[in-house]
Amino acid sequence: MMGQERQLRPRSPWRRRFLITAGVLGGALAVGVWRFYRERDRLTPPAALRAGPGPAVLTAWIKIAPDSRVTVEVPRQEMGQGVTTSLPMLVAEELDADLAKVGFEEAPVDSVYANASVLGDGAPFRPDDAGWLAAIARVTQFKFGQALGVMATGGSTSVRDAWEPMRRAGATARAMLVQAAAAKLGLPTSECTVSKGIITHAASGQRVSFGEVALAAAKLPIPSDVPLKQPAAFSVLGKPQPRLDIPAKVDGTAQFGIDTRLPNLLYAAIRQCPVFGGSLKSFDAGKARTRRGVNAVLALPATSTSAAAVVAVADHYWQADSALGEVAIQWDDGPNSAHDTRGQRERYQSLLESGDARTYDVAGDVDAALASAARRLEARYFAPYLAHATMEPINCTAIVRGGTSCEVWVGNQSPSLVRGYAAKAAGLDSADVRVHTPFLGGGFGRRAEMDVVMQAVMVAKQVPDVPVQLIWSREQDIQHDVYRPMAMAKFRAALDAAGNITAWHNRIVGQSCTGSFLSRLLPALASDAMKDKTTVEGAFDLPYALPNRKVEHVLTHEPVPVGYWRSVGHSYNAFFAECFVDECAAAAGQEPYAFRKALLADRPRHRAVLETAARRSGWGNPLPKGVGRGMALAQSFHSIVAQVAEVEVRNDMPVVTRVVCAVDCGFAVNPDTVVAQMQSGIVFGLSAALFGEITVKNGRIEQSNFPSYDMVRLAQSPHIEVHIVDSGIEHLGGIGEPGTPPIAPAVCNALFAATGKRIRELPIRL
Amino acid sequence: MLSFTVNGQRVEVDAEPDTPLLWVLRDHLDLTGTKFGCGVAACGSCTVHLDGAPVRSCVMPISACAGKRVTTIEGLRQGGKLHPVQQAWIDFQVPQCGYCQSGMIMAAAALLTANRSPREEDIAAAITNICRCGTYPRVKQAILALAHKAGA
Repeated sequence: MMGQERQLRPRSPWRRRFLITAGVLGGALAVGVWRFYRERDRLTPPAALRAGPGPAVLTAWIKIAPDSRVTVEVPRQEMGQGVTTSLPMLVAEELDADLAKVGFEEAPVDSVYANASVLGDGAPFRPDDAGWLAAIARVTQFKFGQALGVMATGGSTSVRDAWEPMRRAGATARAMLVQAAAAKLGLPTSECTVSKGIITHAASGQRVSFGEVALAAAKLPIPSDVPLKQPAAFSVLGKPQPRLDIPAKVDGTAQFGIDTRLPNLLYAAIRQCPVFGGSLKSFDAGKARTRRGVNAVLALPATSTSAAAVVAVADHYWQADSALGEVAIQWDDGPNSAHDTRGQRERYQSLLESGDARTYDVAGDVDAALASAARRLEARYFAPYLAHATMEPINCTAIVRGGTSCEVWVGNQSPSLVRGYAAKAAGLDSADVRVHTPFLGGGFGRRAEMDVVMQAVMVAKQVPDVPVQLIWSREQDIQHDVYRPMAMAKFRAALDAAGNITAWHNRIVGQSCTGSFLSRLLPALASDAMKDKTTVEGAFDLPYALPNRKVEHVLTHEPVPVGYWRSVGHSYNAFFAECFVDECAAAAGQEPYAFRKALLADRPRHRAVLETAARRSGWGNPLPKGVGRGMALAQSFHSIVAQVAEVEVRNDMPVVTRVVCAVDCGFAVNPDTVVAQMQSGIVFGLSAALFGEITVKNGRIEQSNFPSYDMVRLAQSPHIEVHIVDSGIEHLGGIGEPGTPPIAPAVCNALFAATGKRIRELPIRL
Repeated sequence: MLSFTVNGQRVEVDAEPDTPLLWVLRDHLDLTGTKFGCGVAACGSCTVHLDGAPVRSCVMPISACAGKRVTTIEGLRQGGKLHPVQQAWIDFQVPQCGYCQSGMIMAAAALLTANRSPREEDIAAAITNICRCGTYPRVKQAILALAHKAGA
């Protein structure tokens, strides 16, 4: 498998259209056309919510207690992006609740909470493609997402996906409460007003709290088509609100997966086969088993989603981890023991020239424009594999009871997948599995994987009726991740005499995150036939006016598994494209800001964001000697972000002193969270730009912990300013990921300004 | 049996002497506010106070803690009220995922005990904890606000 490119036949546009259309129709047939295009009911509470006594349940999203406390069901996972505040805000706004009395809880696993947007965004079309094929594909994938019913948090979709149903739930519950209150008072509903959880009849001065009528309201039929507020009437949304999860995160009470504590809990430590695709030959646990506290030393087979491993189970984690150190393990390295990233890079280099590429975007005639150009330039770029390194190491707690039921506690980005995979590992039905999702100590895409769930449940099955907490060490986390793909790009551009870009040819080489993810988790759906837009996102959807352009991708298959890493393809393509735009500006003899602005003549939103970043940064003002200023613009996950970085070189190291960031995410639901996520995305991307590199030698990952896979710390963290550009609720975009893509190119372009040296490879080495 | 004081209470634990303080706190005493991040004293998620000084508990063998005073995030409150650093963390909306914040808060509290009004460079030198969410700008802002208050 390694080193052998799968032969793909050249594909015509018609073949592509046929494949997409076939996929669309196949998907529609698979779930039943009648179910497919029906408007989905997102209001009826699932059985899991109605079971048992307790507060009144009003729609699938809201519970109200007799003391008027409102609990919002949050079906997305909190990993720092503020979703346990922004989603309750959507409900509170329309409910006219008292925000001080609004809390949240983890929603049960049910298809009513499915995230359809995450699939809807997966269609391989430019975001500005308004053609019929793109439209049908988007709607179909969205509907397919609803039909699949998968709860997932990713693709910066949470607010966008919840925007309609959760506001609708708030408005609907409000209407039911008003109806119940009016009935109680014997007054018409039209004379009642609601504010801060109190229903008032102004004429008579009578007041009823939500709590007093909640149970009666819950018995009413759920009305349909309750109108929603216009943005001008918002009093909660668009105003900075303190996050509901923060008090628990300053006093140690916040519960992460690793904090799960249950009676008789055992702890497990793990060593996985150091070579991808290898297996366990044998192990001798004689000595380890005699150690105090050790319950068992077990072998786990490799599965589609997890590596072969040896696990020690003990009364305490330290005992388990120490015992593992005394197990003599013989691995069978398998077919990939010679793989190394140096050789892989050489192969990619030649694939840039001669690989079998698939076209993702084409316009005009690139070759003709290049042939007739006044000026041509060419450049190659490289980005390495990267690990996620969430602060909370990978872990999962599981119990299998009597071989008939299973319960799992795990920080994860898809409770639906957890339920399915735990069931598979336990040999049970999904219905027999209960999933708990505590806070995630970081996600960044890593916790969409099911490896640790599979492993923990396989262990729990062998230690029946006792809960087991499996914890990966940091070394296991770094060496057994699914990595941000290593990628290379080649650009060819043509400039006319006036310095306009007349041709833009970009070829990218690398693996497919979606292909790799599906091969692990949904192998039946994994196929090279469907294009993966994540491979070219940030490259095939540039906002610039490029009359003759071609963006293509050469798909590779490597033994190193790849996965979704904060901003996915944008994380490398923005670096490639925005650095090369800067090269074009320099070749045209133009200043990078003016050059970009000219390319955005018919893109008012992009231009406004770029102008905001430039103006706020003091673009054009003189800087001290040795300091450079660089900019980058990237559109991702329906949001537009521009960043200007100021960089200087100290002791041969780049020092980023200031970053000015402008963001247009349409409407900022919780503006302070938008600011926090931009700060977060910038620091995350800066760690990658300055230090991030995962390499493979002899089939093994060479890095193992923070000293060899380092991070930006407070001392290297720049001064960051964030400015929000409002473009209204019709342009709602994500905020978890879009802060990351522009920082690496902004810093590299600033280094060029400071030193005259082009950086075409990450991490930055001067 | 090994005995020491945690958050003002004397405790006795039966653990191998090489067991790091981190795992004694988390597994033996169920004080899960102190976090495991790297196991090699590189990230600071496990920072606690040992006799008032900040230490990385993941590499501190329990045998070295006998008879000493340990303070964890659970014991940082003063007279039932949040420690000023905890309050500043709420005021400046510092945490995101929150996993590293116990260690971050313990490191900040120790810094402010040692130096009531640290300057930016003092903060950069003292706070070496890793936060993957990138809360550093707000961590710095919150500590500077406390420093300003102390200096005023």
